[in-house]
Parts: sequence; structure tokens; C-alpha cells
Amino acid sequence: MSTHTESAAATSPAHEHEHGGTKVYAFTLLALLILTALTIIAAGIDFGQGNVVIALTIATIKGSLVVLFFMHLMWDKPVNRIIAMAGFLFLGIFLMFTLLDFSSRNNYLPANLRPVPGMPLAPGTAPAGEVLHANPEAAPEGGEKK
Amino acid sequence: MSTTSVDLESHGHASAHAGHIDDPHHQHHFTTMEQQFDTSKLGMWLFLATEVLLFGGLFVGFGMMQARYPREFVEAHTHLVRWQGSLNTVVLLVSSFTMVLAVQAAKKGIRTKQVLFLSLTIACACIFLVVKYFEYAHKYEEGWLPGRFYTYQHDSIPACHPKLSGPEAAAAAQGLTAAEAPCTNGYATFFSFYFMMTGLHGIHILGGIVVLTWMLLRARRGEFSAAYYTPVDLVGLYWHLVDLIWIYLFPLYYLIQ
Repeated sequence: MSTHTESAAATSPAHEHEHGGTKVYAFTLLALLILTALTIIAAGIDFGQGNVVIALTIATIKGSLVVLFFMHLMWDKPVNRIIAMAGFLFLGIFLMFTLLDFSSRNNYLPANLRPVPGMPLAPGTAPAGEVLHANPEAAPEGGEKK
Repeated sequence: MSTTSVDLESHGHASAHAGHIDDPHHQHHFTTMEQQFDTSKLGMWLFLATEVLLFGGLFVGFGMMQARYPREFVEAHTHLVRWQGSLNTVVLLVSSFTMVLAVQAAKKGIRTKQVLFLSLTIACACIFLVVKYFEYAHKYEEGWLPGRFYTYQHDSIPACHPKLSGPEAAAAAQGLTAAEAPCTNGYATFFSFYFMMTGLHGIHILGGIVVLTWMLLRARRGEFSAAYYTPVDLVGLYWHLVDLIWIYLFPLYYLIQ
């Protein structure tokens, strides 16, 4: 996100034809290919939870390169930059509040539904010792109708 | 070429020039060609923002389900072939590069380069779909399909889809809690998301091929010049967005294993 605003301040809009150029695009492609190789290599090493963070960080760097150079947002009119950033901003809000909701729930069901046997609960929030009962007939259908 | 450079000059300076009033592409409700171009581009970016949110919803859903079925998802990931995803990533990145060169050629009014780079972009898009076909065909044969179409028979994991067999019996027999009990619902959900997201992306690639072919035909007729290259520019933006979405799909599906 910060790269967007920095570039917005550093470069003035218009004069589109003076920017870009085959050389810039070739370097962008090279950087994208190197980052792709990097993310594949990083995926082969076990960092535990870090793997997801590394993969998404590299993807975001790659995405920023595409948006800034291939899509010319680096040199584009501010209004286009605002719209592009608004899209990602609202996606961020969507993601953040979903995660907040997700992490503060006991399970995934609305309060008016009872848990369906066999339906996994949120990780770490399962009531301890709640062993499922062997009752294959009643459970799934009753749960589905609710 | 001298007129081309004059056009290039005037294009960036809306205030200094009145615009190309006599340009056949100029529509009467726009004061200048510059204004017309900016308006088209603004509309395209608005569309792209809705595209980001469309795929964004699927990404959020995928994240939720990944957290709900962590083990099943991690194991299901291993059924995706990493080199196929990597190849497609490289193909799409190269196609983005050829696309941006096609836009540059359109801006300069060089017809042969427009045709060349648009053709290369379409070729890359076709390679992408061929690889995708082999991926889908393999999953179809193995029964790794979305939702209730999921028919792959696991050896060690009890099926908990109502249509398959009683999950509770199997889970209870092993003394597992609800959170511990693995089940095929997770796998079926994973492949629902896999086919939904890569399928929707694939439809975007198909749509891209259609509009790129249209651009190719127009470029062959020599319709694009420095004075008017808006369609190529906007198709370029669309194509880069399709690439951008794949940049996120690739690590989330093929690399997290």
C-alpha cells in the first residue's frame, strides 16, 4: 500500500508517453519471474505458519509490480489510483471483519442452530471431551433440515 | 511518422490542446479526445475494482473453509500438480509482458508489432487453457470433484458426506471429538472452491481471448494510432487483472501444501 502513495507523491500525472518503455517492461517481467521462482523455492521449505505469510507477501509484491508498471498505475491519473486502491481497501475491510468474526465464534453455526454431529468446530474452540455419538440415522438429516 | 509524434505530444496535455475534434472516433458528448480517453479508462478501472471484489469474496470464503477444514485442505492441496501451476504462472506473466508491448505498439501506431504481440498474447492464453484442460481432466478421472460429485475413495478417512456413509459411527469408533474427526466434506469443499475459482478465472481467460482476437482484427486493419488506441489499452488493463488474480490463486492453491 505504501508504494502506491509514495509513487503518487513522487511522480506527476499525464505525460504518459514518456513513461514505461520496453526496457521497463522487460525488467518488470524479469522481476516477476524471479519472484515466482523464489515463491516456489520458499514453498519447498517448511516454515510452519510462515509459509502462508511468505507466499502472500511475494504475491503482493508481484501484484504491485503488475499494477504499477504493466497497468501503468505508477504514471496514471490520481482518480484511477484512488479507484484501484478503493477496491483493495474494501477487500481488506471485508477480509478483516470476516476474520474478526471468525476468530470470536465458538463454532460456525448461527446461534439458532444446534451443532450437527460430524461438523467440525472452529480450531481450538471445540468443547473438550465432546465425543460424537454413534447415531448415524438421526444426526445428518435432522441437521440438514435445520 | 511525423503526424504520429505530433499526436503523441498533444495527447498528454489536455489543457494545452483542444483535442482531435475531427477524429472519427471522437464522440460528440466529449469535449476532447483526451477527456473521452480518460472517461473510458475511469470506467475500466471501476469495472476492475468490482472484479477484485468478486474474486475477493471467493478468496475470503476459501480462507474461512481452509480454517474450518485445515487438515483436509492441506492434504487436498497435494493433489494439485505444482509444475502445472508454475508453468501457467510463467505463461500468464509472459502474456502480460506481450500485452503491454502490444499497447505500446498501438500507442506508437506500429501495426506489425500490434499484430505480433496481440497474437503472442492470445497464444499464451491458449497454452494456459490447454494446461488447465489437462489439470481438470486428471481431477475428473480421479473423482476430485466439487461438493456431492466428489467420489474419490479414501482408504483411511471416514466419509462424512450424508450420501456416502455414516461419519459419526466411524469417528466415534476411533474415539475422536467433533473437531478431530476428519471427513470427506472438507475435500469436497476444497474442490468446490478450486473449481469455482480457477473456473471463473478460466472464463475470464476465455473472455480475454475473445476480446484480444477482436483487438487483433482491428489492429490488422490499422485502426489504432497515437490518436486513438483506447480499446487496446483497456483490454490490456483487463488482461493484466486476469494475470493479477492468478498471481494470488497460484500460491494459495499450488504452493500451500
